[in-house]
Amino acid sequence: MRSRWMKVAQATALAVAVCFSMGATDSNARYYDLNHRMMCTCGCAQLLGECNHVGCTQSGEELTLLRTDIASGMGDKEILAAFSTKYGATVLAAPGTHGFDLVAWIAPFAVFAAALLGTILLIKRWSGLSALKAEAAAANPQLETPADVERRDRIRRETGVDGGF
Amino acid sequence: MAAFGSFALLIALALAAYNLLAGGFALRLIATGQPARISPERLADTARRAGIAGFLAVTAAAFALIWSVFTNDFSIAYIMEHSNRALPGPYKFSAMWSGQEGSLLLWAWLLAAFGFVLRLRHKTDVKLYAYAGSILAGVQVFFLLLLNFAAPPFALLRGAIPDDGNGLNPLLQYPEMVIHPPMLYLGYVGFSVPFAFALGALMMRYPGEKWIKITRVWTLVTWLFLTAGIFLGMHWAYAVLGWGGYWGWDPVENASFMPWLTGTAFLHSVMMQEKKGMMKSWNVWLIFSTFLLTLLGTTLTRGGLVSSVHAFAQSSISTWFIVFMGIVLAVCIFTYILHRDHLKSEQHMESLVSRESSFLFNNLVLLTACFVILWGTLFPILSEYVQGTKVTVGAPFYNRVAIPIGLFLLFLTGVGPLLPWRSTSLKSIKRNFVLPVIALWAAVIVCFAVGVNPWKGGQFSSGNFYALVAFAVSAAVMTAITSEFLRGAGVISRQTGRNLAVGMWLLTRRNTRRYGGYIIHIGVVIVVVGLAGAAFNTTQEQELGLHDHMTIGPYTLEQVGATQDSNLNYNSEYAMLDVYRDGKKQFQMTPEKRVYLASQQPQTMVAIHSLPSWDLYVVYEGTNPDSGQPIIKAFLNPLVGWIWAGLVIIIWGTFIALVPSLTPQTASLRVPAVRTIPTEPVLKGGD
Repeated sequence: MRSRWMKVAQATALAVAVCFSMGATDSNARYYDLNHRMMCTCGCAQLLGECNHVGCTQSGEELTLLRTDIASGMGDKEILAAFSTKYGATVLAAPGTHGFDLVAWIAPFAVFAAALLGTILLIKRWSGLSALKAEAAAANPQLETPADVERRDRIRRETGVDGGF
Repeated sequence: MAAFGSFALLIALALAAYNLLAGGFALRLIATGQPARISPERLADTARRAGIAGFLAVTAAAFALIWSVFTNDFSIAYIMEHSNRALPGPYKFSAMWSGQEGSLLLWAWLLAAFGFVLRLRHKTDVKLYAYAGSILAGVQVFFLLLLNFAAPPFALLRGAIPDDGNGLNPLLQYPEMVIHPPMLYLGYVGFSVPFAFALGALMMRYPGEKWIKITRVWTLVTWLFLTAGIFLGMHWAYAVLGWGGYWGWDPVENASFMPWLTGTAFLHSVMMQEKKGMMKSWNVWLIFSTFLLTLLGTTLTRGGLVSSVHAFAQSSISTWFIVFMGIVLAVCIFTYILHRDHLKSEQHMESLVSRESSFLFNNLVLLTACFVILWGTLFPILSEYVQGTKVTVGAPFYNRVAIPIGLFLLFLTGVGPLLPWRSTSLKSIKRNFVLPVIALWAAVIVCFAVGVNPWKGGQFSSGNFYALVAFAVSAAVMTAITSEFLRGAGVISRQTGRNLAVGMWLLTRRNTRRYGGYIIHIGVVIVVVGLAGAAFNTTQEQELGLHDHMTIGPYTLEQVGATQDSNLNYNSEYAMLDVYRDGKKQFQMTPEKRVYLASQQPQTMVAIHSLPSWDLYVVYEGTNPDSGQPIIKAFLNPLVGWIWAGLVIIIWGTFIALVPSLTPQTASLRVPAVRTIPTEPVLKGGD
């Protein structure tokens, strides 16, 4: 049974990997994809494919170069590297995936994962404390002070009919 | 008028400083009980009155600037740089916030206005309001110092006074620009008020959660202004910049989005403190962070630390802001350390799957989103510092990182309200989640049926994939919220004998806060559907001679003329395009290009035909210098109208949430039968 599930999981992983690894073959699609991965260098701070401001001195030249590079059979990585060499690293619309640039991609997910884990652990700890408190209260009803009773009533009241969101 | 304005700003500074010092001294005397020659209560009241007078002084300065714009007083450098004689009246108001000095004056005036209202309402809680008023005065002192010494709006022009000014930036000469910046500023400045109350309440170790109730309306109204300001900015970018989009992850946009995220997190988590006495430290830091982020946004964009496509007013005031942020942060940390024992939670969470934990996860996701945006905005600076080369962090980065986080947040929007307080059971989860899960898979099937699938032309498209997920989760969330409404309304309807619509109305009136919140969530879902439509945008660019055609989607555009026009403010040229669908002429569009005379800057004016299904968006890019023929770029942008419709629903929901609920007494007077309804099981969100 377990091996069957493993096979299903492997097949799914393979299918997903194939889907994600299917490269763009259509040159128009590649052109669109690549001009949205680069910036116009005229200073307008727009993506190359979206720069249409009147009198732009750069986007036309860059787009022509991009079409030429695609037609010459260069790969995506080669084209991006060539543009980076010619216009500087700021021509790429997103950081690369090596060296310090990789930190840009990792940090958000690392922070999210750490915060998620921390939150789960915190809630688990709190729920443990609450359970202990409830057990203690059940064992010794006198531990429940009038303030506790009032608070409990207030919570019940407020989380009831008109208890807010 | 320049002298009058400058003098008014000096007076305002003196009054704000008095408010801060006298107010602070009086509160110190009250707190320590030290004897003094003057009654501390009376001293505090003089400080309050100084704050009120300060509002009048800043208003006088703002009036002086507006007056100078309207009277074309080009002896004032600011007026010369940001206005001209032919500038239409409404845009003369815009001149006030088109530059650094005017923006700061607007900020100071709004802060003074908020403070004015707060000080008039001081009888609600004299001591707490005195603390909040003094803290606001501290913030006001900073802005007035800037206005008096670093960025004076009434500085006189050196040399000969020109006959006309340089004119307003053409990008700002658009109707929405008259209201978009004030809306954003109302949002930014408004967060000063909950910040002042939070810090004040902590300083005085305010008992209970009443301060949250007092600031709730302030926070919600501020949040509404910021939301509306952001959406108006999106619409302006869409209609004016001419690139077919509405959000480019520009640092200025990011600067407005970050405090919105933390402010939204605060609005959610503050309910936990109000209802259950939890997350007190968290809430205090959320509102501190929100206020600091409003300052950081201004530092980043106005101070020139990062480049932006629409930072209209950059200067070297970032040092002032950095120092002020440092002082604010130090005060916050010091106060927190001193009084942190006052913020102990009364309760703890009991289960990982409960309404409480969903609030916490919601906060976690919102703050992660805020971190991602802050990280992306600052990474170019960091990269330059570490490796010596600046990199660009543009839309592709945010789309890859922020979209999955946003979709997870959307998922929580649907899940949270279905979970009961404290803890839940598997049976309850099954019961509450059946319908949303069915809706989710139904949406997936419908999407595949109409051609929305992650494989575009045989290859995987992340845009399509995210759009599919967004549509499916939106369907599930909408089902979850609607079923909540219908369940409650059904019970009321059965008990009162009224129809379901009346039942919904009564249900909402009985708990405006909860159901107003649900309506806001519906608005958010509608916005997300609109945003997901961007995955299917198409575009076409073509040179169009007379009677030439271009086709985009179901439309055919025919050029039937290109002409020119001019007025005192600008010259324009535009193309007239007849639009056909299925061979029948539907309407005419006239995309335009203007050249403003004073600044000699060009500007596109996009023609947009909006339908619920899509926008036909046409840009006149100018003429081909070789052929002299107009170049037209057309976009077919699906579902964009949903974004603006979503905003309307969000505004509506916020207004409902602001209206007080019917109390049991008033409810019993208006709806006699409702008193007997066993509503608890219905309104608990499933248990």
